[in-house]
Amino acid sequence: MAERILMKGNEAIAEAAIRAGCRHFFGYPITPQTEVSAYLAKRMPKVGGCFLQAESEVAAINMVLGAAAAGVRVMTSSSSPGISLKSEGISYIIGSDLPCVILNIQRGGPGLGGIQPSQADYNQATKAPGHGDAHVMVFAPSTVQEMVTCIFDMFDLSEQYRVPAMLLGDGLLGQMMEPVEFPDVKVTPAEKPWAANGHQNKREHNVVNSLYLQPDQLEAKNIERFERYAQIQANETRAEAFETEDCDVLVVAYGASSRIARSAVMNARAQGLKVGLLRPITLWPFPKKELLKASKTAKDILVVEMSMGQMVDDVKLALECKKPVHFFGHTGGIIPTPAEVLEQLKTIAGGAAK
Amino acid sequence: MTTVYEKSKMLTDAPMSYCPGCTHGIIHKLVAESISELGVEGRTVGVAPVGCSVMAYNFFACDMVQAPHGRAPAVATGLARALPEGVIFTYQGDGDLAAIGTAETVHAASRGENIVIIFVNNAIYGMTGGQMAPTTLPGQVTQTSPYGRDVKTAGYPIRICEMLATLDGTAYAERVSVNSVPNIRKAKKAIKKAFENQIAGRGFSIVEVLSTCPTNWGLTPVEALKWLEENMTPYYPLGVYKDITAEEGK
Ligand SMILES: Cc1ncc(C[n+]2csc(CCOP(=O)(O)OP(=O)(O)O)c2C)c(N)n1
Ligand code: SF4
Repeated sequence: MAERILMKGNEAIAEAAIRAGCRHFFGYPITPQTEVSAYLAKRMPKVGGCFLQAESEVAAINMVLGAAAAGVRVMTSSSSPGISLKSEGISYIIGSDLPCVILNIQRGGPGLGGIQPSQADYNQATKAPGHGDAHVMVFAPSTVQEMVTCIFDMFDLSEQYRVPAMLLGDGLLGQMMEPVEFPDVKVTPAEKPWAANGHQNKREHNVVNSLYLQPDQLEAKNIERFERYAQIQANETRAEAFETEDCDVLVVAYGASSRIARSAVMNARAQGLKVGLLRPITLWPFPKKELLKASKTAKDILVVEMSMGQMVDDVKLALECKKPVHFFGHTGGIIPTPAEVLEQLKTIAGGAAK
Repeated sequence: MTTVYEKSKMLTDAPMSYCPGCTHGIIHKLVAESISELGVEGRTVGVAPVGCSVMAYNFFACDMVQAPHGRAPAVATGLARALPEGVIFTYQGDGDLAAIGTAETVHAASRGENIVIIFVNNAIYGMTGGQMAPTTLPGQVTQTSPYGRDVKTAGYPIRICEMLATLDGTAYAERVSVNSVPNIRKAKKAIKKAFENQIAGRGFSIVEVLSTCPTNWGLTPVEALKWLEENMTPYYPLGVYKDITAEEGK
């Protein structure tokens, strides 16, 4: 049995990456993810790995591209403004069908925004991580333990589907200390016959590339990639349902705001309100089926986010606007309180009971 | 029958996409021959830029990665860190290396990254149809400097070898030209030396190759070779700007 230790979210992610076989990390300092780099700067040399502080996020993501092209497990970490800079490289990585893990420990925006926790990069992560018809898998854990298990899965899945995986966290989860256990698993990276790692005069030369000048070839490549996206949507969607069987109001929240929503749901239940919570763990693919199931008895939906409301659009889309979808959130680094969410639930439930 | 000349096995049979008379092709040949002669094709990974040589991945018979515009040195850094036994090189134009990718170039050099950069300076943006490059000469007419490059508003050309030679991380920086047979011979020597450095783990080597763009210069191939000689070499003097092996030998 693995031991339980108390760790900060960002450090736990870093340790998980190492245990998942990642020996290459390229990053650029930015609050509130700095502990990831600091931890790996210490640990990588001890395990024979490479920690490199790049000259910019632009360079860091392109180093990731190079290392991923060579076939190794590689990770980079940043926060909102840095992810915007990385989006060019992310698009090329997607276009080159390379696996890698990208962390976005979000902070408030737009622009330089603030350094307090935020979930305002949902749309960027799930809709347009870079130019072109492009997606990355997006994971949104809500505990330090879940961050650790996600990291292991993200390395495996991104190699399996040759699609990058992004962890969408926030400053709250990154800075929070919780007990964690590291899974005792044998890591087996996928075979990479496509890697540009030197043909050793034994095979044809490999090319890692995102350029297709012939429109029919480019379209075919995109269609092939979207077939993989469809498999991901069919097989890798994850969500947790809490007290949803008989709920009149369903709260939908992910990451840090799901922790607040859960407290509000428990308090509401204690007061006799029939409310439940659906917590998406994957944001792309969005857990549509799970949402439909969890909202079966619900008359109203309440989406709670630390933004002006972004995931709320996906909830409406999934429900095809058949039920009223309400939104409550704070942005700019203000964290909603359980009491505020409870207040919303009471108002909505009052209306729903009428 | 004796074989007098043979195409390097490091070049594929794909027909090159360069304009007639463009010297990109000569530079490809020199790179391919150098790698072949050193017998390292099997562990070489090249990085293609965005520019006329974007399709270099079709021409070199080693593993290749195509990088975003200007990011080749960063991509090469990732490759070099992941493949300690690899022979890693980039092939970049002047817009790619000295404009959009300046930061990546300077920092790869300052880290002493164990890579080779083949820098093709043709004083213009070839692929996009002849716009002003960071290396466009004062007074030179391009699509975006139609009255000639006015240094008062467009600034001065960048001399990359001179600049990178000031960095401690640079092991080797030499500027060569491919406008004449003797110069092509010297260019070959420089390129091979850069790869020897890489194989020996000496760090960052850059060979800047003055090259022609007859199409966008609006000249015939022969006129272009002459224009290079008369206009580019005075501004970009050929020679070795840094060589740590020579310094060690002193
Ligand atoms: C991010 C980005 N900006 C601009 C372009 C358009 N573009 C393609 S090639 C090029 C310039 C290439 O010039 P150079 O590097 O000198 O190489 P050459 O074509 O002369 O060999 C530009 C600006 C691009 N592809 N990507
Ligand atoms: S546009 Fe210029 S640099 Fe490009 S292939 Fe043609 S001649 Fe060569």
